[in-house]
Amino acid sequence: MERDDLIVNDSYSFAAHHSEDDGRKIRKKIVFVTILLTVITAAEVGLGVFIKQNSDIWGIVKLTFIILTILKAAYIVLSFMHLGDERRNMRYLILFPYALFVLYLLFILIQEGGHADGMMRIFH
Amino acid sequence: MAGHASKTIDKTTLWGGGQSPFSVSYGKMMMWFFLVSDALTFSGLLISLGYAKVVHADAWPVGEKVFEALPFLGTGYPLMYVALMTFLLIVSSVTMVLAVEAGHRNNKKQVVLWMALTVAGGVFFLGSQAWEWYHFIHGAGGYFKTTSGQTVYFQEHWLEEHAPESHGTIMASSIESVPTALYLNKFNTGRELVEGDAAAALWAQRDANIVVHGAGMTENEYGHQLYANFFFFVTGFHGFHVFSGVLINLIVLIMAMRGVFERRGHYEMVEKIGLYWHFVDLVWVFVFTFYYLI
Repeated sequence: MERDDLIVNDSYSFAAHHSEDDGRKIRKKIVFVTILLTVITAAEVGLGVFIKQNSDIWGIVKLTFIILTILKAAYIVLSFMHLGDERRNMRYLILFPYALFVLYLLFILIQEGGHADGMMRIFH
Repeated sequence: MAGHASKTIDKTTLWGGGQSPFSVSYGKMMMWFFLVSDALTFSGLLISLGYAKVVHADAWPVGEKVFEALPFLGTGYPLMYVALMTFLLIVSSVTMVLAVEAGHRNNKKQVVLWMALTVAGGVFFLGSQAWEWYHFIHGAGGYFKTTSGQTVYFQEHWLEEHAPESHGTIMASSIESVPTALYLNKFNTGRELVEGDAAAALWAQRDANIVVHGAGMTENEYGHQLYANFFFFVTGFHGFHVFSGVLINLIVLIMAMRGVFERRGHYEMVEKIGLYWHFVDLVWVFVFTFYYLI
């Protein structure tokens, strides 16, 4: 059966073959990202284990968790899922609708959930 | 590797028809679309988890106090097991990236090797999650309430040794021994061990005849009912994704072994299932942060 989405020019990513040399460089980058993710995870676990929830800096620690997690997510999406290697319009196609929707959901959570006792605690 | 998609193609050619304006094949584009929709599903679950947590903050336990056991090694290792699970899933994601990279060099043997390791990682993760569920349901000791409304917790394994029933709600009258060590605030930051006579005194004040052990359909020993509900739903839904990912990975592995992609000339199928697998890892990263850490 003929593919009906055949490539006109070889700009398609599945024609993206690379040489052994490039392969070595790419693998080094993969190892780097792996170590980075492991270090960030270890930091998160360390913070979670050693800083108690009733301590003064717990609010900052929570924010740190969120920032570190988003950082991990960025590396996974851009590097492991190769979204960073795709065309710019493809990146935007995926990230913008998702970001828009999630920000909207979070806004609705705070706005509509505000009636619930202590919902404003989310900021403390 | 960034070469292919960043090749500059003038706008008229790019949008003129006959090719993808995003330089991405149909299959890959659809996988991305599916991942966005699935990401929104999980986001919805995690956001409602956030709502439940804030609204029931007084009855919500602390993650590192609930998840502090390792298989065969007992308790006292806060968050270690779930950290290992996270690391395992990240490693299986890495082996998947390496499989994709080997596919770009048309190296069938390496693709098969890395895909096999990815499948193995996924299977180990599922097994680990199963143990986590088992331990959560089994409980970390159980509790009873005193007449003054305090919740008092037993030590690990005490109930198993002294009560005829080991799950759910137990009649306190069926327990004949007196506990020698009890905890207050076991799943919160103010955990306190009470021993000897003080423990016996607390036991003497036990209210009603109810003792709760482990996690069941309506109540659990860790905190609010929603705590267990969300645990099972979110990790279960995620585990279901891991399971389907493992199955599809296995199918792609077998296809690679049989030379299907070699004949085709490219390993894009490995990339597409790789996207799904990384998504599964990504979701776990968020579940780990928002359920266990925060």
